[in-house]
Amino acid sequence: MPRTPITLVLNGTERSLFVESGENLLDALRRGIGDLSPKYGCAQGTCGTCSVQVDGRLQLACITLAETLSGRSITTAGGLAEGNELHPLQRSFMENFAAQCGYCTPGMLMAAKSLLDRNPHPRRQEVVEAISGNLCRCTGYEPIIDAILKAAEVMRRRTR
Amino acid sequence: MITVDTYSSLDEAASGMDSHSCFMGGGTLIMRDLNYGRQAFRRLVRCTDPQLRTIRNERGRIVIGAAATMSDVIENRDLEFLAPVAAAVGGPAIRNMATVGGNLFAPAPFGDFATALLALDARIRMSSGQETGMAALLSSRQDSRSIVTAIDIAPPPRGRFRFHKVSRVKPKGVSVLSICAVLPMNGGRLSGVRVAFNGMGSTPLRAPAAEAALEGKPLDRNGIGPALEVVLQDLQPVDDELATAWYRRTVAPVYLRRLLLERSRAW
Repeated sequence: MPRTPITLVLNGTERSLFVESGENLLDALRRGIGDLSPKYGCAQGTCGTCSVQVDGRLQLACITLAETLSGRSITTAGGLAEGNELHPLQRSFMENFAAQCGYCTPGMLMAAKSLLDRNPHPRRQEVVEAISGNLCRCTGYEPIIDAILKAAEVMRRRTR
Repeated sequence: MITVDTYSSLDEAASGMDSHSCFMGGGTLIMRDLNYGRQAFRRLVRCTDPQLRTIRNERGRIVIGAAATMSDVIENRDLEFLAPVAAAVGGPAIRNMATVGGNLFAPAPFGDFATALLALDARIRMSSGQETGMAALLSSRQDSRSIVTAIDIAPPPRGRFRFHKVSRVKPKGVSVLSICAVLPMNGGRLSGVRVAFNGMGSTPLRAPAAEAALEGKPLDRNGIGPALEVVLQDLQPVDDELATAWYRRTVAPVYLRRLLLERSRAW
C-alpha cells in the first residue's frame, strides 16, 4: 500500500505522519497520531461523532481524505481545553447533563464550536440546525441544545 | 488498492481520467465507498484548481464552479433562490464538503441539488469543452469520463422558484422525494413551467405532462388540478428502504399541490 507523508497542524501543534492511499482523516488522527477524541461511528458521514474543524470549518473526519490535508489546520475536541481549563462548551455540557454515554459529545462540541465561532448569539433554532448532522441516542437533544445556549451566554460575558 | 492522483490544473486532471478512474469532488459519497471497500474504481483523480470553486455572474447568467460547496452556494447572494436547496443537503459539516458537481453524480436518494438544476434547465460545462443539458448528463453519468467543470444557470424570475423536500427524519434526513419547480408567470398565467422530482426514479426526473397541463393556467386550485392528475405519468418510483413506490405515487401529487399553492415556499 503506497504511503504519503503529510504535515498538518493539529490543535496548534505541527504533526507529520504517513497516511495510506485512500485513508480517511479519522483513521489518521486516531491511529496515526493518537488523538482519540474524534470517535468512530458510522464511517459514512451520517452520525457526526467524528466532526472536526479543518481550517476552521466543520468537516467529518471519516469522509475526509487524509492525504489532501498537508498544510491544513485541524481542530478536534481534544484541543478545546486550554491546559486544565475546559472550554466553556465542555463545562456547559458537564453542568447541564448534555452527555450520557458521551459517544456523540466530541462531535457535538465541534459542531457547537463551529456555530459559536461565527454566531455568538444563536437562537435556539440555529442551534438545532447546527447540530442537525450529529446523532445522539441518549439525551433527546434538549440538554445539548440548552448547554450550547448557556455556553454561548458564558462566552459572550467573557468577551464583554 | 487505490491510488490518488492530485492535479493542479483541470487539463491534467482530465487527461488523467481513464476507465478505472473516478473524479472526486467533495468526497462525501466516494469516501463512504472507500471506507467500506465497495468502490468500483482503482484510481481517484482530484483537481485543486481554485477556478473550479468560483461562482460568478456572466452577463446575467450564474456560473457555479463544480467544486463549489453547498455552503458556498448558501453564502452567495446571487444564489439566494438556491440556498434552501443547498441547506437541505445533509448537516453543516456535509454542506462544507459536498460539491455542486458531485451532487450531479449522487445516486438516489441523494441528488436534491441536481433536481433543482434540472428544473432550472442548467447547462453543464465539461472538461472536453462541450456543454450538455442536465437530462443528457443524468442519463449518461455512470459512463462519463469527462469532468464537469461548471454549471451555468439563468436565475429564475424573482419569487418563481419553489422547492420542497420530504423526509422522515427531522430536521435532517434523506429525501423520500423532493420537488423543484420554476413557475414563470405571464399576464397572470403560467408560462414556461419546469417541474422536476427526486426520489421518483433512478435519477432526478422532469414531469413534462404536468408541465404541459400547467402551461397557460392560473396558479390556483382550479388551474393546477389537471397537472395533479397527470403528474405520475412521467415518474418511475421504486420500493426502497425509505418508502414504497405505492407511497411515493400516493403522496407525490399531494406534495406537488402544496408546493404550487403555498406561497411561503417561493424564492
